[in-house]
Amino acid sequence: MAFAVLQRYMTFVMGSDDSSHCSWSCPGGNLESMTSDEIPQGPAIEVDGVRRSYAGGFEAVTGISFSVARGELFALLGTNGAGKTSTVELLEGLARPDSGAIRVLGHDPYADRAAVRPRIGVMLQEGGFPSDLTAAETVRMWAGCTSGARPTAEALELVGLGHRAGVRVKQLSGGERRRLDLALALLGRPEVLFLDEPTIGLDAEGRRDTWELVRRLKEDGITVLLTTHYLEEAEALADRLAIMHRGRIVTTGSTAEVTAARPARIRFELPAGVAPGHLPLGLRAAAEGRRVEIRTHRLQESLTELLCWAAESNVPLTGLDARSASLEEAFLDIAKSAAEAEGVTVS
Amino acid sequence: MTTATTTTPTTTVRTTTTARGRLMALGRAEMTLLARNRTAVIVALLVPSAMIVAMKSTLEQVDLGGTGLTVAAAALTGGIGTVLIQAVYMNLVAAYVARREDLVLKRLRTGEVSDGEILTGTALPSAALALTQSVLIIVTGAAFFGVTAPRRPELLLAGLLLAVVLLTALAAVTSIVTRTVQTAQLTTLPLFLVSMMGSGLFVPLEIFPGPLASACEFLPLTGVMTLVRSGWLGVPEGADLLGAALTGLVWTALAVFAVQRWFRWDPRR
Repeated sequence: MAFAVLQRYMTFVMGSDDSSHCSWSCPGGNLESMTSDEIPQGPAIEVDGVRRSYAGGFEAVTGISFSVARGELFALLGTNGAGKTSTVELLEGLARPDSGAIRVLGHDPYADRAAVRPRIGVMLQEGGFPSDLTAAETVRMWAGCTSGARPTAEALELVGLGHRAGVRVKQLSGGERRRLDLALALLGRPEVLFLDEPTIGLDAEGRRDTWELVRRLKEDGITVLLTTHYLEEAEALADRLAIMHRGRIVTTGSTAEVTAARPARIRFELPAGVAPGHLPLGLRAAAEGRRVEIRTHRLQESLTELLCWAAESNVPLTGLDARSASLEEAFLDIAKSAAEAEGVTVS
Repeated sequence: MTTATTTTPTTTVRTTTTARGRLMALGRAEMTLLARNRTAVIVALLVPSAMIVAMKSTLEQVDLGGTGLTVAAAALTGGIGTVLIQAVYMNLVAAYVARREDLVLKRLRTGEVSDGEILTGTALPSAALALTQSVLIIVTGAAFFGVTAPRRPELLLAGLLLAVVLLTALAAVTSIVTRTVQTAQLTTLPLFLVSMMGSGLFVPLEIFPGPLASACEFLPLTGVMTLVRSGWLGVPEGADLLGAALTGLVWTALAVFAVQRWFRWDPRR
């Protein structure tokens, strides 16, 4: 069977260990990055002071700047309505910014779309296909409009839809349609890939397989810009990230950098009769009844201080929990402080 | 077995798409969709035949003496007009709205294909269907109804092509004000009725009183229909072919301008 040949070949190229935890078969070698004659130079994406407002005056993007290096995976995070999709649409060349400049692979993606489009792959947050075409017919149509398109079967195998080739789009599940969309984004072996909420509507396995595929694409040197509101997705994939809130980038850097600026957290319960006032003075603690939360930038020192005090005073600390700042905490923290600054309370 | 060879990594020559290739890919997909839309196919095939029969019985009661037209010739040229409106205009309004509401247009716009190519590619199968039907009507008319073979084929072809382009642009314009595929049946009615009555589809304009007939000359389809009729049956004396062509071109230009300006690529919600 062709499939067996393919599998064997894949094992040969990928190494069996590598592919075993990914349930999608991968046509080996075809993920290799496209050979571009140009010597890569400069960042893949440059955004400088970009604004975008909609009819009616609502300003969705209020002056943002960032850049993404070639081969980097950059994640745009933010709450719903933060301006992620509005930003990505500008990068994809679907709309023109009101002010500011955008460069994708050195070109203006809106004015110079003929130069940019053949080199990028796009997966919209919400994009559609004619419901009466089959998956294979959809890929074939798209391939006719895509320079350097992969063969249809290969594109479908890439996202684990090989067995659904003859099924009409309207009979595919939401997750399968999402993967079909991804197959089209990868069809032309793009240099830069835009993924707007790529794993929305996928089950846990589908999400993990997508992550695996995105990692392999990254290993092949493809630049990826990803928006997500799954923080673990950004944590698992991103080299760098930016958190957006109300059209602005409030923080940016690697996951470590973004979380490093945030305090670590220690939580425990004091026994009855021990007032929080008895805690060592070096610790900034907030108490609510018997529950205490300490926020600190020096987790190890603070914890040592606390534990020494507890041992000396013979105080049991029930439910003791100490953790470094995670992306989730950083994110909630930023959303909260930004909201407080605007006089709005966020639960 | 062949799959293995296609996925064997060879040095891939990166092919670049051409406008023609992109149009063919879109047209092919749209053809598949049209073939799967049984209602549309049946309507496209049956309505023109029914219209020709209806026109013929109407025309038999009209005095065509002054127009120089036979009943069959008048009915069949009206049949071509009906085919064009049905297969191109009405079909395409529904198709554009359906693709827009299914987010297909939005998705296509992220690729290499240009806006004009998206609209043109989608229109190709409908245009092919309408032209095929028109040829069938002409052949049937010449073979069985004693109507002449086309006197000025080049004029006939120019008229048909201009009509297809004009109706495609008008379909795109109509889709702007059409919310759903269902309401397309309603929004396409005005042009359908106006053309039936005022552009010489159902009854020849010549039987109208002078001022009314002159006003009807400026309707969207009157110009192209004059070209088609003159191309098939011969140019009547004193016919203003240049004026007819100009009317068709001006309407086409207006429609294209409106599409560029106001066409909706995102769903109406």
